[in-house]
Amino acid sequence: MPKVKMPRKSTLIDMTAMCDVAFLLLTFFMLATKFKPDEPVAVVTPSSINTQLLPDSDVILLTVDKDGRVFFSMDGQPKRKQLIEDLNTNFKLGLGPAEIRNFTIGSSVGSDFKNLKQVLNLSADQRKNSKVETGIPMDSTNNELAIWIEYARSAQGNNNKLKYCIKADNETPYPVIKRILDTFKEKKIQKLNLVTNLESKPAGSAAAIFEAEHQ
Amino acid sequence: MAEMDTSSKGGGKHDSGTKSKKLSTRVDMTPMVDLGFLLITFFMLTTTMSKPKTMDLIMPKDTEKQEEQNKVKESTALTILLGKKNQVYYYEGLAQDPNASSNPDFFKATSFANTGGIRDVIIKKRDEVARLRNFKGEPEDVVVIIKADDGATYQNFVDLLDEMAINRIQRYATVDISDQDKQWIKSTEASNGIQ
Repeated sequence: MPKVKMPRKSTLIDMTAMCDVAFLLLTFFMLATKFKPDEPVAVVTPSSINTQLLPDSDVILLTVDKDGRVFFSMDGQPKRKQLIEDLNTNFKLGLGPAEIRNFTIGSSVGSDFKNLKQVLNLSADQRKNSKVETGIPMDSTNNELAIWIEYARSAQGNNNKLKYCIKADNETPYPVIKRILDTFKEKKIQKLNLVTNLESKPAGSAAAIFEAEHQ
Repeated sequence: MAEMDTSSKGGGKHDSGTKSKKLSTRVDMTPMVDLGFLLITFFMLTTTMSKPKTMDLIMPKDTEKQEEQNKVKESTALTILLGKKNQVYYYEGLAQDPNASSNPDFFKATSFANTGGIRDVIIKKRDEVARLRNFKGEPEDVVVIIKADDGATYQNFVDLLDEMAINRIQRYATVDISDQDKQWIKSTEASNGIQ
């Protein structure tokens, strides 16, 4: 057999196309990413078949962790600033500009008014480990949650589109939820939203049949 | 791979005699691709694609006036109770008739299982009630009364509300649990060995 001389091929590959794809994907993910502030609590929400999206704005969000601690959060930095300034003047919290700024750019808080100054002085990492945040109190004698809701509502300018969302953990005991619902009821707020994950409709159920008929 | 000529000698126009070499336009893109994929990986891992969904929950107004309160018929009602350890209990009607509720089969336990659980109970009751006629001759609607015990979790509550959506039950209400219900739950728990 004659010896076939294989031509030596260059190992160089043209990477322009690969580079194009890489940067296209990179651009997509960069634009699609929205960084959210670090939450002080981790919550695993239950799933439901509801497909309604949680809006990005005009939301008052109460986060309840599995121990029943209630955290308050709201969108919009100017509104948050106004809220904390109102609370500061009316309840004499003694917050300085640094603490007000910390609340404005931060995420949710879950402490009573007495410890709010201390909580807002901590960094996000310290807050996760500290035991200061014991949840917003909502006993009938000291219902600070009702105060938060009321002030948040006025900071949002009595907006009609405002949604009140409750994001609670799977393991949250029901009495805590009931207490929150009662607080909203006392404030004459009847329309609430529960934050859930999406799950598929069970095959053959009335909801699945209804959806199929209306498509 | 392309190489840059960094020596100071070449490229100068004033260098007499030597013709400047034509540089290749190919650039080594390996580091750029490396960096690109590194950033992609980072953004892919930090992005949350699925946005959380919400469920509407509309609470009724508290009213003291008798005429504004909704009356529920015993025959169209199904009461579902949530206990601890993800247990579900139910009985038909509102337990206002002491004769019916003294029956040992009156208070039943079930689960959140997809088949043979609370969903089947709801569907059965819904279809039974749909066969009944009200005084106008229209089919009746089932009314589900949800009562949660202190041992129930938020997940149980949402799961049950979700069952209402799955089975398209239009009329349901969450009601405070009564002492009688608590007692029934306790005795059923004891006989089923739930701690």
